[in-house]
Amino acid sequence: MANMSPVKNPIPEQDPNVRNKNFLEVSLGYDETTAVDEAQRCLNCKNRPCVSGCPVNVQIPDFISLIAEGKFLEANAKIKETSSLPAVCGRVCPQESQCESKCVRGIKGEPVAIGRLERFAADYAMAHPTDDAVEVPAPNGHKVAVVGAGPAGLTCAGDLAAKGYDVTVFEVLHTAGGVLMYGIPEFRLPKAIVQKEIDTLKAKGVKFVLNFVVGRTETIDDLFADGFEAIFVGSGAGLPNFMRVPGEGYNGVYSANEYLTRVNLMKAYKEESPTPIYHAKKVAVFGGGNVAMDAARCAKRMGAEDVYIVYRRSEAELPARAEEVHHAKEEGIIFKLLAAPLEVLGDDDFHVKGVRCQNMELGEPDASGRRRPVPIEGSEFILDVDAVIVAIGTSPNPLIRTTTPGLDTNRKGCIVADEVGATSKEGVFAGGDTVTGAATVILAMGAGKKAAAAMDEYIQNKNK
Amino acid sequence: MYQILKKRRLSENVVLMEIDAPYVAKKAEPGQFIILRVDEEGERIPLTIAEYDREKGSITIIFQEIGATTMQLGLLEEGDCLHDFAGPLGRASELEGLKHVAVVGGGLGCAIAYPQAKKLHEMGAEVDLIAGFRNKDIIILEDEMRAASTNLYICTDDGSNGNKALVTDILKQQIESGKKYDAVIAIGPMIMMKFVSLTTKPYGIKTIVSMNSIMVDGTGMCGGCRLTVDGETKFACVDGPDFDGHLVDFDEAMRRSRIYKPQEQSAIEAHREHCNLLKMEVK
Repeated sequence: MANMSPVKNPIPEQDPNVRNKNFLEVSLGYDETTAVDEAQRCLNCKNRPCVSGCPVNVQIPDFISLIAEGKFLEANAKIKETSSLPAVCGRVCPQESQCESKCVRGIKGEPVAIGRLERFAADYAMAHPTDDAVEVPAPNGHKVAVVGAGPAGLTCAGDLAAKGYDVTVFEVLHTAGGVLMYGIPEFRLPKAIVQKEIDTLKAKGVKFVLNFVVGRTETIDDLFADGFEAIFVGSGAGLPNFMRVPGEGYNGVYSANEYLTRVNLMKAYKEESPTPIYHAKKVAVFGGGNVAMDAARCAKRMGAEDVYIVYRRSEAELPARAEEVHHAKEEGIIFKLLAAPLEVLGDDDFHVKGVRCQNMELGEPDASGRRRPVPIEGSEFILDVDAVIVAIGTSPNPLIRTTTPGLDTNRKGCIVADEVGATSKEGVFAGGDTVTGAATVILAMGAGKKAAAAMDEYIQNKNK
Repeated sequence: MYQILKKRRLSENVVLMEIDAPYVAKKAEPGQFIILRVDEEGERIPLTIAEYDREKGSITIIFQEIGATTMQLGLLEEGDCLHDFAGPLGRASELEGLKHVAVVGGGLGCAIAYPQAKKLHEMGAEVDLIAGFRNKDIIILEDEMRAASTNLYICTDDGSNGNKALVTDILKQQIESGKKYDAVIAIGPMIMMKFVSLTTKPYGIKTIVSMNSIMVDGTGMCGGCRLTVDGETKFACVDGPDFDGHLVDFDEAMRRSRIYKPQEQSAIEAHREHCNLLKMEVK
């Protein structure tokens, strides 16, 4: 008998006033009883609308039924059939606009907590490792390369390894994981979990070459010369955009990428970390996406008293995941909506002392369909802050496009690829943020998955 | 892991290390740099590629023990390994077509200027190498610099080598005496590069400087190394590190480079304390 409760089982969380001072995970996850109870809310519908909402098509009702039966390891195995990183996706996917938005239970009440259940199954499997040796498929004799060890590259590598390819992942940083390691903070996605997912790929035979800068250390053409038959480019969109207002050169102005890299990847939040960071008292974060929320919540945890999110549209347009906005508010982040920066102000020491802003109102919809913010005359005000974090988006890094002849990019610098990831250059496939511009982890994974299938087909056809 | 193949102390606190890094050595060119981490918990620091050996697959770096990380690096010996060594990074210097060049190095900058001088010299250019040091005890790479230049001028701030002058004085003398330079390449502390640029500007001599901004990733993903060149924001790690010295906003760059001074100082103290503790344990 299905559990007909109209609401999701709540997930235990650290108290907001405790957690805004530490970097431990905010959300503590379901226990076995709660997970089984929540799983019983799934009606196991015939037409499975939830699956169509998942970019990697996890067989949702199947794994949820297994949880309902108490077969937690089997549930995880079911998810892993289509998703390489369930512990990650259960935590960072915007389920409200994907799988859960399609759930039938969401019509009258809350949808089934698919993300929380996925996370439960993955965490349970990590906590209960089995002795079964990882199944390494028979090698098929073909070598492929993956450029970038972010979500797109990891997924693509995992899928290709499962087909027997000899896969090498080239990563520019000293740690694989991409944004999962340097961007998304520990309190939202513990790094040990990401590392375990990566270790699983290694156990499947995927090779990782770190500190390797494709475009400098070797080019795409060099990799072909090295014997790779097909190459997937999943190098992301890591080039930060600045606001182009006066004063951005002052000390205390960070791109969100720099701030988050120092905090997350270099662990500047730990006192013993040799990587320094400026400990601000009052911080203005510009932007309204997940990156802005992450930067603001990190700044709070680094000891800032007042942290502002300054966003030029209204709350309804905030692109961040609903749960992160909710968490940020609970933790005391102050939202200054409908406001935009005009100038960063500095003191005699060349350090930020404030930001001159102005209020906005929403006008007609722009090309993207969102209502365009229009400045309100005479509404200028000064935010008294000693640090500014710019989180208004990123673009693809030019290193690969400028060193790969024959690879078409669009005017935003994104690699042009078709729906399965094929680019203008034979044997080169691409996916994730480097094609779409900054988007979500799960979309990058979906792209990595499609490209893996297309690369397999390409190599099989070529060798016929 | 990247093994230290050779270590040589060039002066009291300047160390040369040859590192086993075949991937980096394959493509490295003068003007490029690497980012390294000493150990698993270490910070990422940029260092210029002083020399490369493609056949041996090695890269030579020269650094001054100036802060906690470089002090820690200086304690390592031949056979020890570095945890991370990424590169080559940045754009290679554009040296093609230069026939008469003054290469100006300040202090440790001489080690960085040396590969440019060497390459130019090999390409057949006439190279005046002007090297400035605080005193004669810290003059480094004198033989190497002599071999890589047509004329070598070494000067010291205190005159202890018998030639008391600033690099800008010597540069100016050469220009005034009628030397026609296609370009001046200046590498060293920002203040020195600023004054070299100011010296050459009235003569309209193209001046290339190598900007040593604070960096984290070194691949263009954070903008920590940004600087203003001709009114535009540039990233030293991908657009540079070489820039037109007449267009760089040096005052901004120098102030940006001081942001972590207090933390750097306390890291040095912590490092010294740690080393003293180690010494006591050894006793």
